[in-house]
Amino acid sequence: MSAWLGERTIKYEAELDKKFGREMLEKHALESIHNCIQCGTCSGTCPVSPYMDYTPRRIIAMTRAGFKQEVLNSFTMWLCASCYSCTVDCPKEIKITELMYWLKQQAIKEKTYPRRFLTPALAKSFYSIVKKFGRNNEGLLIFMMYMRTNPFKMIKQSKLGLKLLSKGRLGLGIEQIKRKEELKPLLELVEKVD
Amino acid sequence: MSYLYYPGCSLKSTGIGYEESILQVFKTLHTPLEELDDWNCCGATAYMAVDELKAYALASRNLALAEKQCPDDPVVDVVAPCAACFLVLYKTQQYLAKKNGKDLQIKQALKDVGLPYKGKVRIRHPLDVLLNDIGLEKIKNHVKQPLKGLRVASYYGCQMLRPYATFDNPDNPQSMDQLIEAMGGEVIDWPLKTRCCGASLTGTVEEVGLRLSYILLKEAENRGADVIATACPLCQFNLECYQDRMSQLYHDKVNMPVVYFSQLMGMAFGSTQKDLGLQRLFVPLEPALAAK
Amino acid sequence: MIAFDYNTATPRIGVYICHCGINIAGKVKVDEVAAFAKTLPHVVKSCDYKFMCSDPGQELIQQDIRELGLNRVVVASCSPLLHEPTFRKACADAGLNPFFFQMANIREHVSWVTPDKEAGTEKAKALVAAAVERVQHNRPLEKKQVPVNANAMVVGGGIAGIHAALTLANSGKHVYLVEREPTIGGHMAMFDKTFPTLDCAACILTPKMSDVKNHPNITLWSYSEVEQVEGYAGNFKVKVKRKPRYINEESCVGCLECVDACVFKTPRFDNEFDLGLKKRKPVYMPFPQATPTVVTVDPKTCLQLSKGKCAQKCAEVCPKDCFDFTQTETYEDVDVGAIILATGFQVFDGKRIPKYGYGKYENVYSSLEVERLVNASGPTQGELVLKNGEKPKSVAIIHCVGSRDHKTNKYCSRVCCMYSLKLAHLIKERTEAEIYNFYIDMRTPGKGYEEFYDRLLEEGVHFIRGRVAEVSDWAMTPEEKGKLIIRAEDTLIGMPRRIPVDMVVLSVGLEAHKDADEVRRKFNISCSHEGWFHERHPKLAPVSTATDGIFLAGACQGPKDIPDTVAQAGAAAAEAMAMIDKGVVELEPNTAYIDEELCCGCRTCVGMCPYSAIKADEALGIAVLNEALCKGCGTCVAACPSGAAQQNMFTDQQIFEELVGVLNYV
Repeated sequence: MSAWLGERTIKYEAELDKKFGREMLEKHALESIHNCIQCGTCSGTCPVSPYMDYTPRRIIAMTRAGFKQEVLNSFTMWLCASCYSCTVDCPKEIKITELMYWLKQQAIKEKTYPRRFLTPALAKSFYSIVKKFGRNNEGLLIFMMYMRTNPFKMIKQSKLGLKLLSKGRLGLGIEQIKRKEELKPLLELVEKVD
Repeated sequence: MSYLYYPGCSLKSTGIGYEESILQVFKTLHTPLEELDDWNCCGATAYMAVDELKAYALASRNLALAEKQCPDDPVVDVVAPCAACFLVLYKTQQYLAKKNGKDLQIKQALKDVGLPYKGKVRIRHPLDVLLNDIGLEKIKNHVKQPLKGLRVASYYGCQMLRPYATFDNPDNPQSMDQLIEAMGGEVIDWPLKTRCCGASLTGTVEEVGLRLSYILLKEAENRGADVIATACPLCQFNLECYQDRMSQLYHDKVNMPVVYFSQLMGMAFGSTQKDLGLQRLFVPLEPALAAK
Repeated sequence: MIAFDYNTATPRIGVYICHCGINIAGKVKVDEVAAFAKTLPHVVKSCDYKFMCSDPGQELIQQDIRELGLNRVVVASCSPLLHEPTFRKACADAGLNPFFFQMANIREHVSWVTPDKEAGTEKAKALVAAAVERVQHNRPLEKKQVPVNANAMVVGGGIAGIHAALTLANSGKHVYLVEREPTIGGHMAMFDKTFPTLDCAACILTPKMSDVKNHPNITLWSYSEVEQVEGYAGNFKVKVKRKPRYINEESCVGCLECVDACVFKTPRFDNEFDLGLKKRKPVYMPFPQATPTVVTVDPKTCLQLSKGKCAQKCAEVCPKDCFDFTQTETYEDVDVGAIILATGFQVFDGKRIPKYGYGKYENVYSSLEVERLVNASGPTQGELVLKNGEKPKSVAIIHCVGSRDHKTNKYCSRVCCMYSLKLAHLIKERTEAEIYNFYIDMRTPGKGYEEFYDRLLEEGVHFIRGRVAEVSDWAMTPEEKGKLIIRAEDTLIGMPRRIPVDMVVLSVGLEAHKDADEVRRKFNISCSHEGWFHERHPKLAPVSTATDGIFLAGACQGPKDIPDTVAQAGAAAAEAMAMIDKGVVELEPNTAYIDEELCCGCRTCVGMCPYSAIKADEALGIAVLNEALCKGCGTCVAACPSGAAQQNMFTDQQIFEELVGVLNYV
């Protein structure tokens, strides 16, 4: 039996971030989540919902109610595999996958993402590799991801890596684009106007 | 009709067999694919998780490059075999066509780096091109060694048909099934054709990712499949390359060949194993074929 | 009536600005508009008032007509649809011809559609200026009265049509009841029990069906469809198509000897009434209590009719010589004063949501199919069994299939929660299966409905709050093998669940008929984009339509259950009766007229008039308009190249002056 932790589970109105629920969503074209009728189709169809701390339906309810802290500290969006099942099945046509993307962006911005969890580390490593080289490099990506989190776990992956190398499915060189002078300013330009 | 070919990062590494077989199949069908010059990563799902506008800007360079490479074509068809690339590029093309203000920001930035974008690009999946441009009849004419009796579970995955179903029925897709039947193979009916394989979770939250892939492999096995056909490098990688680990984890021997649909097509067309990258498989296809 | 020469008398205009509580005053500075109106030429009185439609408001107008000698009145308030009759009557009661009244709509056209009080006030002023300009050119008109035909027509023979027809017939009106199927009874005849009292549908419906058949005031035309409707309230001319039954309906007594004798020894064609769950022969009666009690020959499957070759055993054995394979469509023309539409609904096709496996898995049924299966006179004599003949041990009932869903139907179908409860009870009673109801929200508002929900909770039926994501045969555990697996989030627990069951029932929603748009055109009424017929006012005229003399009953107006349908059918019959018993209808004097001086005899209007109200007079070389036939559609006015065709209440001059009013202000 698990121990009683004595935690208080009541939410005071003053603890909510109402802006998070309304203005931010509208700014990012996610206002359709206000139409949610909490039917749970998203959580029922989601292949990963059994592993989430809050089902997607609960994340929607909490987001629109302004439970910012709980939502941005949750694992839910980091488990989303972007399979879009929820988005196409939602009877109210809510773009739930896009909400998950937005929540990932917010969690990175607010630095509330789970540190030891690999998904945000993967996203951040991927981001910097592509920014630098213009292309992804799968070997480097795995290396960087584990360096950010738990270098020792990398050993477990080495067998798979070697096998891929032997089959010619992983290169040792760096894949990159020729004209990086196009990419870097492009990304900087949109940053400026944003 | 000529097509630009956008390989994406995976088709140059873990998914190289997909590139090899796709190029071979299109060569056999006398429909050349010309690689997009100096293409960059589409951004996949990970870039979007960090920054939305930059993710669209990153992908949009490829669209502008495509127009630059075919300046005289009224419509530029870009073939993207990787489901994730296909979705990201398609989504970006839609985003730039939407006129929401932000499309102008990106178009201006593109112009500033010397890559003006007019909006002539169409993003196509090879399955779409094969069925709707080339046609089953023409494809059938090239079959030399039919896949007699091979029971195939066609697996479409997520992002090729979700959220945008541009060329097939997302509830019960048929395009791959039709191709496999045209090759003389037998398709099995199974309900998990578009259920997620776990995508990048196999690399990040292994216990979840492997479970999702394992579910697919077991169900295909239960329904009597000899092989699973895929149309996405990540699906193929997840389903094939972790079978040893699954066997350990679930105390259940998993041994199911997982190939690209294009590899099956190439086999039926009589291409060599090497031309199709079949020697790169972890789980060889021969035993399943030999049993037939 | 106050007499004056409207051509020469100086207009004396009274302008009244209504607050409509805060409906108008909240977004329009009514005092400012009233002050502005006072500055307009010929306005002798201008004021604002809280509710112009109230008795004191009307009294204000009447007092001013009497004391200030007003000869024109303008009220700026709501839509003419709502209160034009009110103010016209107020003017008439004070002795002013009611057509010297003009209304400006500053509620629907102004205050309700702007958040900006300044802009609202400006637009209100412009509309008032336009009305003041126009009213000076209004002419005194008289409403014409025409007698009403005392017969009525009811279209659709479900419970709505049956109840409406019987009510009208009992009051002494003659009713033509038109039904397109071979029998009346509609959906209700298919049901086993009715909620919440669980009384047997057939027991309460079939007596009413035979009442219809035997009523001296009812002419029942089954297997018939309305082909064409002409005329207007009180005087409709309806053409009804009677489809060939290949049976002499008058002599057939429904002995069914022909059915036994048919060359097809076993029934092998889907019986539509049983949704194909039971088979029939080409000559058939949909169910034993069908009304009229006559057989029908299906031309698609009858060998004689489809192939032209058959031994005709049916005709041979018929004791009354009823068969006639040469029958063709016939038409009946009738005059009626009022028409009640009771055309009902169709159920949602479960195949449109592929994830639920309807049409793919044989033990996934629609709720209407289950109604037939649990019905004692149904295909299984009331035994609820799986396709393999066994009783189900577990059944899932999925609510809201094709309802509350932006991809199919956005609305709530209103009856599904209650009928799902009813089916849960009936299935439990007959099979003792575990029953799982998957619902989004339980909606049980109605007399005795919540109590029925309570009863089901007590009976141990499971209620899981969550919309089902998928029905599949994909087993993950040994217990799931060979079952249908329901995947849904149990939202009250906050956890996804997989539940294996033997049978799935899709509680399909109600939809407007596929041909609703065609039907509404025939009767010249409007419908929502979903196809439900529009009532004139959602609260205060729920059974009337925008077309006088045409009334609505039952689910053709929107999803509703049997109690509501019957109540509405009674209301529609009462409205029709009120119209018929008044004996006359007043026609709006908005007819067109031809200025003989201006007509050049080009005949453009003759061909354009949809009501054939204009004829060319060869001798005079001009067009002549029959006012009795004119409906005031204005087509001739718009088409006339010389401006000879004009329309009362909408003369060119009146419209131009109205424009001048707006433009002068702007």
